Amino acid sequence: MLCAPKRITTSLGISVYKLFNVYLQNFCLELILFHVEQFNQERMFSDVYDVIVVGAGHAGSEAAAAAANMGSKTLLITMNLQNIAQMSCNPAMGGIAKGQIVREIDALGGYSGIVSDTSAIQFKMLNKSKGPAMWSPRVQSDRMRFAEDWRLLLEKTPNLDFYQEMVSGLLLESDKIVGVKTSLGIEVKAKSVVLTNGTFLNGLIHIGDKNFGGGRAGERAATGITEELMEIGFDSGRMKTGTPPRVDGRSLDYSKMIEQPGDKDPEKFSYLDITKPLTEQRSCHMTYTSPEVHDLLREGFDRSPMFNGRIKSVGPRYCPSIEDKINRFADKDRHQLFVEPEGWNTVEVYVNGFSTSLPEDVQFTALKSVVGFENVKFFRPGYAIEYDYFPPTQLKHTLETKLVDGLFFAGQINGTTGYEEAASQGLMAGINASLKVQEKDPFTLKRDEAYIGVLIDDLITKGTEEPYRMFTSRAEYRTLLRQDNADFRLTPKGYNLGLASEKRLERMEEKQKKSDAFVQFFRETSVKPEEANPVLESKNSAPVKQQDKMFRLFARPNITIDDVRKFKAVDQYIEENNLDPEVIEQTEIQVKYAGYIEKEKNNADKLNRLENLKIPKGFDYSRLKSMSMEARQKLAEIQPVTISQASRISGVSPNDISVLLVYLGR
Amino acid sequence: MHNDTIVALATPSGSGAIAVIRLSGNNAITIVDSHFKSVTNKKSLAKQKTHTIHLGHIVDDGRTLDEVLISIFKNPNSYTGEDVVEVSCHGSAYIQQEIIQLFLRNGCRMATAGEFTLRAFLNGKLDLSQAEAVADLISSDNEASHKIAIQQMRGGFSSEIAKLREELLNFASLIELELDFAEEDVEFADRTQFKELVDRITFVLKRLIDSFAVGNVIKNGIPVAIVGEPNVGKSTLLNALLNEDRAIVSEIAGTTRDTIEDEISIGGIGFRFIDTAGIRDTKDVVESIGIKKTFEKIDQSQVVIYLFDAQKNIDQLESVRIEIEKIRNKHPQKPLLVIANKIDTLDDIQLAEVNKSIADVLLLSAKTGFGVEQLTNSLLNLINTGSLRNDETIVTNSRHYDALLKAFEEIQKVKHGLETRLSGDLLAIDIRQALYHFGEITGEITTDDLLGNIFANFCIGK
Repeated sequence: MLCAPKRITTSLGISVYKLFNVYLQNFCLELILFHVEQFNQERMFSDVYDVIVVGAGHAGSEAAAAAANMGSKTLLITMNLQNIAQMSCNPAMGGIAKGQIVREIDALGGYSGIVSDTSAIQFKMLNKSKGPAMWSPRVQSDRMRFAEDWRLLLEKTPNLDFYQEMVSGLLLESDKIVGVKTSLGIEVKAKSVVLTNGTFLNGLIHIGDKNFGGGRAGERAATGITEELMEIGFDSGRMKTGTPPRVDGRSLDYSKMIEQPGDKDPEKFSYLDITKPLTEQRSCHMTYTSPEVHDLLREGFDRSPMFNGRIKSVGPRYCPSIEDKINRFADKDRHQLFVEPEGWNTVEVYVNGFSTSLPEDVQFTALKSVVGFENVKFFRPGYAIEYDYFPPTQLKHTLETKLVDGLFFAGQINGTTGYEEAASQGLMAGINASLKVQEKDPFTLKRDEAYIGVLIDDLITKGTEEPYRMFTSRAEYRTLLRQDNADFRLTPKGYNLGLASEKRLERMEEKQKKSDAFVQFFRETSVKPEEANPVLESKNSAPVKQQDKMFRLFARPNITIDDVRKFKAVDQYIEENNLDPEVIEQTEIQVKYAGYIEKEKNNADKLNRLENLKIPKGFDYSRLKSMSMEARQKLAEIQPVTISQASRISGVSPNDISVLLVYLGR
Repeated sequence: MHNDTIVALATPSGSGAIAVIRLSGNNAITIVDSHFKSVTNKKSLAKQKTHTIHLGHIVDDGRTLDEVLISIFKNPNSYTGEDVVEVSCHGSAYIQQEIIQLFLRNGCRMATAGEFTLRAFLNGKLDLSQAEAVADLISSDNEASHKIAIQQMRGGFSSEIAKLREELLNFASLIELELDFAEEDVEFADRTQFKELVDRITFVLKRLIDSFAVGNVIKNGIPVAIVGEPNVGKSTLLNALLNEDRAIVSEIAGTTRDTIEDEISIGGIGFRFIDTAGIRDTKDVVESIGIKKTFEKIDQSQVVIYLFDAQKNIDQLESVRIEIEKIRNKHPQKPLLVIANKIDTLDDIQLAEVNKSIADVLLLSAKTGFGVEQLTNSLLNLINTGSLRNDETIVTNSRHYDALLKAFEEIQKVKHGLETRLSGDLLAIDIRQALYHFGEITGEITTDDLLGNIFANFCIGK
């Protein structure tokens, strides 16, 4: 506008105009050059980042840490730097299947395990009465310390920059990502971008009949990205999740509740020895709802966004709101409520099991009728939140999008729920973004190698209609995917990536060497009847007539390490070799469950044979008339890489697979 | 994709009254059309409706090869799902070859074995079990096996497995519920009920597995060993049985030098008659080898016929009785039919003597045909009162049989696990394997099924 000359009409006519025009053009050019120079001097982000991570929740934090630790120049952009690694829902890490994931993250060299240990206020190994595949570590966390420890760890990570701003757009060159644009209009260039937007994309919070935009209670929603991605050609959907009220612990009567203390001998998540098991723990408490509470809640149903149609999106079936539980299981007259402290020092308490989006007055009245909550004071009401996600079938196994080169998604944006699920995706996306920039081979995990492998393969192959949470039953070979052997499974891989430290590898190798030797000791050492039989008889196990190998006795049901430790030679071996509890436990598992582990390995090998049957890229499924229309559409959409992956797609029957095999000439 | 057109003789090779040549593929109609002259000389096959028949001549460069009937089936309403033409011509091997050669020169390719069925399968006309059943159907040569193959083609037996699978799935869901939601207020699976279920599944699986033996026998013919001296009248008896039914299927050389097998269809069921030497005590080395072989043959049979010459043995009925005892003692479970042949040569007193000395003897004269009907009835009764009944599910497919055996094996492990109070996660390994093998028959089991089941039925989640 400045340089657009008006036509000057003088006696000199056109020539004056021309001269003036030339002058103006020069002036304009100089002005532009001056401005560009000045802008360059002042620009915050002049360099091109290797990896930009958008969002600093569990996914974003792991992604940023992984990429930076692998040597990529990384920028972490988040809307609020005060809220790095927030636990938006319950103050706990791990649990059944989830605890295994945290162990896997730790084994690969991620931070979640370390932070879970340093911020823990209570530790429990769940399912200890079942087989070792079911043992699942879980901690109650100090919510504030968790976030602080994460932030401090990230600040100590080399190659990592931070910036607080909302990312509102992506910079693309044809189908390749080249950076992001912030709401202030700043453009930051990058070779790859990891989006971990959580529940922030067009987040809408519901409490009763009120609703307002927001990504978390008290934080605004992120806008712009969904719309831009849809314009590029991405499909998006809407999901819902919820959270219960937080209350004042000083207003509760714990004497009316059941105390739930932590384990007597607490363990921990990280395989490294930089964290220590808890020496002091805080208890949780349990109480129950009652028919009276249910009636009070029902009175608010007409104002519930769940029931009046205001919330249309799908919530997780396994994490239902209290109103959902009452509605669907009307015959149950009570539900468990877990009263969880939010930290060492705070009085705030999380009421697990009372997730709700009913009006705050209904929440309050109903909760007051719960035993122990008669004088309850609210800190924050529960709420439901709806947010955008992108069906994960639009991703490759590396979590890179199929549509945009260099763009990765991780966490709730992929339709998952849970800190652990998000963190593991962040780790994998961070690793792969980094590998891509470094022009190295991608890194993926198979279903028999890690829960992380199961998680990502499920997402990519089956997609998800509801928030996806990990269960042990999702894994075909859970006996192999134990919390005790995540280091054996993954630390060598993490080390090769440059993520797991040398120290980690050494510790793992030491543990492996020692437990292998100990197993061998049981195979080779015999025990005489006079020493064995008293121990066997005390456990109602048949006595032996002649001396027998210890391995055989140890493998019997009911016989535990504590029993065989009564044999002199065993105790002596432990002492001489200075075996720690981890090695002893590992040995016990390998002796007692050898048969099952072997069996699952064989089954997994069978699967891997199909895993090796590759489907050519761009295979035209529309020609396969013998397949159901549904199967053809699904296969065309997901483009599985192997026959094995194809067989896991819902809607693809074994018959369809045999057609495919016939076509591929098998 | 299979764009090429294949051709093959659809009727057995060799001469017959008529033969059918079948073509399938994109150009099936055009290829035939270009060498077809209708009786009116005006018809174009390409313009004819599907499922119509047309009379005319196959003409090669002006030379008429044969008068034929052309049947047209347009895609997708044909056996293969493609355009199919069937040329019914006269049955001389020469004409068949001439016509096929003509089509081969004009853009057809010879079909490989089973290719029509393969195309039907690939075009979604048949599923895998059905395709397998078609193979069985083609090779079935008696009424019962035909019936089973047809039942299989309609997908009859997988529904029984589907029912079992569903019950087991519920079981598995309960176990998974215990595992994945242990922290929560879930009801634990009732192990006694599980044991009952496992017993029930065991029972059904066992029945299905056993039915395979029957199904297989029906497919291949029921082996019947005929024990008797040479010249006791075995061939005459077989001929008499043949006359009864007029349906000899094949005559194949026995596996050993001294046995002959005849396959005869009686009342729609195939019987394989295996000739053996007698079992009379002897010191002759060669003969004692023969006796050993006889017992081997009896071992392999489902039914034993003991045949003796009533006339020749009328004074030695006691040694006949001893021989019969010997067979009975050795094979107490095996149905044994005792037949006294050549009774037309005996008088009434001798007949009464035979009846008295030999229990449950069937009096027969292969020569006059007396007693033959009673024999066929006895044979059919043996089969009908056995595990083969019309309404029962029978497994004939060896792939299914294999899956059932494996499922059975896993279920036994589940049973054992329940008895030894194995922890749920380890129990689940065997349950999943059993479900997997059921899935091989009915359709895929995915872990989604388990979770879906859990969420649909139980209140879980904090």
